[in-house]
Amino acid sequence: MGADDATTATTQPTQRSDEVDDHDATNAYQALAETLHGDEDRWAFGAGFDAGFDAGTAEIDAPAPEGVDRDDLATYCLMLADDALVASQRLGEWATNAPELEEEVALANIALDLLGQARVLLARAGHLGAAQRFRTASLAAALPDEDVLAYFRDERGFRNVVLAEADLGDFGRTMAWVLVFSSWRLALMTRLVGSRDQVVAAVAEKAVKELAYQREYAAQWVVRLGDGTEYSHERMQAGLDGVWPFVEELFIAHPLEMRLVEAGVAVDPAELRGELDAVLDQVLPPAQLARPEKAAVGLVARRGGRDGVHTEALGPVLAVMQSLARGHPEATW
Amino acid sequence: MVTATARDVREVAAQVTDPEMPMLTLADLGVLRSVDTADDGTVVVTITPTYSGCPAVEEMRADLRRRLHHAGHERVDVRVSFSPPWTTDFISDAGRRKLADAGVAPPGHIGPRVAGPVPLNLEPPARVVACPQCGSRDTEVVSRFGPTACTALRRCRACAEPFEHVKEI
Repeated sequence: MGADDATTATTQPTQRSDEVDDHDATNAYQALAETLHGDEDRWAFGAGFDAGFDAGTAEIDAPAPEGVDRDDLATYCLMLADDALVASQRLGEWATNAPELEEEVALANIALDLLGQARVLLARAGHLGAAQRFRTASLAAALPDEDVLAYFRDERGFRNVVLAEADLGDFGRTMAWVLVFSSWRLALMTRLVGSRDQVVAAVAEKAVKELAYQREYAAQWVVRLGDGTEYSHERMQAGLDGVWPFVEELFIAHPLEMRLVEAGVAVDPAELRGELDAVLDQVLPPAQLARPEKAAVGLVARRGGRDGVHTEALGPVLAVMQSLARGHPEATW
Repeated sequence: MVTATARDVREVAAQVTDPEMPMLTLADLGVLRSVDTADDGTVVVTITPTYSGCPAVEEMRADLRRRLHHAGHERVDVRVSFSPPWTTDFISDAGRRKLADAGVAPPGHIGPRVAGPVPLNLEPPARVVACPQCGSRDTEVVSRFGPTACTALRRCRACAEPFEHVKEI
């Protein structure tokens, strides 16, 4: 392997013994056996023990930038992480349920991108101290912060916008949801590339490319279904209407966000509305869809998910995500 | 115990293959960022994930550790770095040839990302992707997302074969 590669075609170092060559990377069963018989047990649920990002990521270890409140930054990382984590868990519900295998793979891939973004941000929040109060004595000390935050935090501790936890409904509503969510998060991440926090900036830089691809996928489906048959149009419009009450919250700034805007770390979400509007102006006419006019839901005195005030939808999502890990916190494989 | 030179260490790390596309080494794929030896002898390898959620990262870390241990390096620290973000432009020319030889259409070059808002395309991308089986340029997207995070599925209209394409990012 690699013998015809310019970077490795030089003389092989003689000390590489034969035991190396008995490893056949193309043999999935061998790889599996090696994993199972490795000397490290893996925690059964999340990243697990020393596999977590906090154990080996160059950027996570950096201190908060000068003049930035550590707790504020930790909570902001939780907000950005929880949007992605909860959305990812929701999208995962489509696995084995999508209308076609290709769309199932697509939705699972989108969920995976979001999960990846969430993991780094949770690890960052953990590095800044956010996981400490959820670390009970019964948890293995080696459990990384990202797992503690994902599995052992209750509903009120989640800081995601309510849109992320909302029921995805049918495929049409899911496409409306992906379009709105990815457009909003893309606008946010495009701006966060300039964040003074290097982890937030690094996550944003990667996320921009992923979200742009997700948005394109959803936009094309919205046009296809909206401009399809009478029935597909009806379902697509109903899907967009169903998502709409959760849009208002996306542009409400939390006081913590505004403090971090001052510090050069965060983005004022009010700035993002224009970009979502522009996307909808581009997508809705060819899709023959009307822009909904529906009152916002999920807000209590303009407080919502950013304050830990959630809809009844979040509880079941967390139950599915967390119950097994909580029931068997010491399970390994 | 053997004495390894810096070049040897780099070569061992560069030969570790990608768990999902084993025709490529981590160096071919452009995810192997650096290999250094610290003052205390620890080999520090830095890799970067292709996608944020790439599930292969843990396997890459484990494979790198194992191969370097086999090569006589006791202390190995594999770090993950996200910045600058991976792009398919990091895939080497050798890597592109290996992909094509394995029946996977390599990505086209995209160049650096332009700063500011990303324009939305409502049409399928106009990019021409040649069939890795018959070479025809008449191919279509079957699914924008494929079996691994970095591939899409396409089909050749000339020879009717489906194939994977490493999508440009």
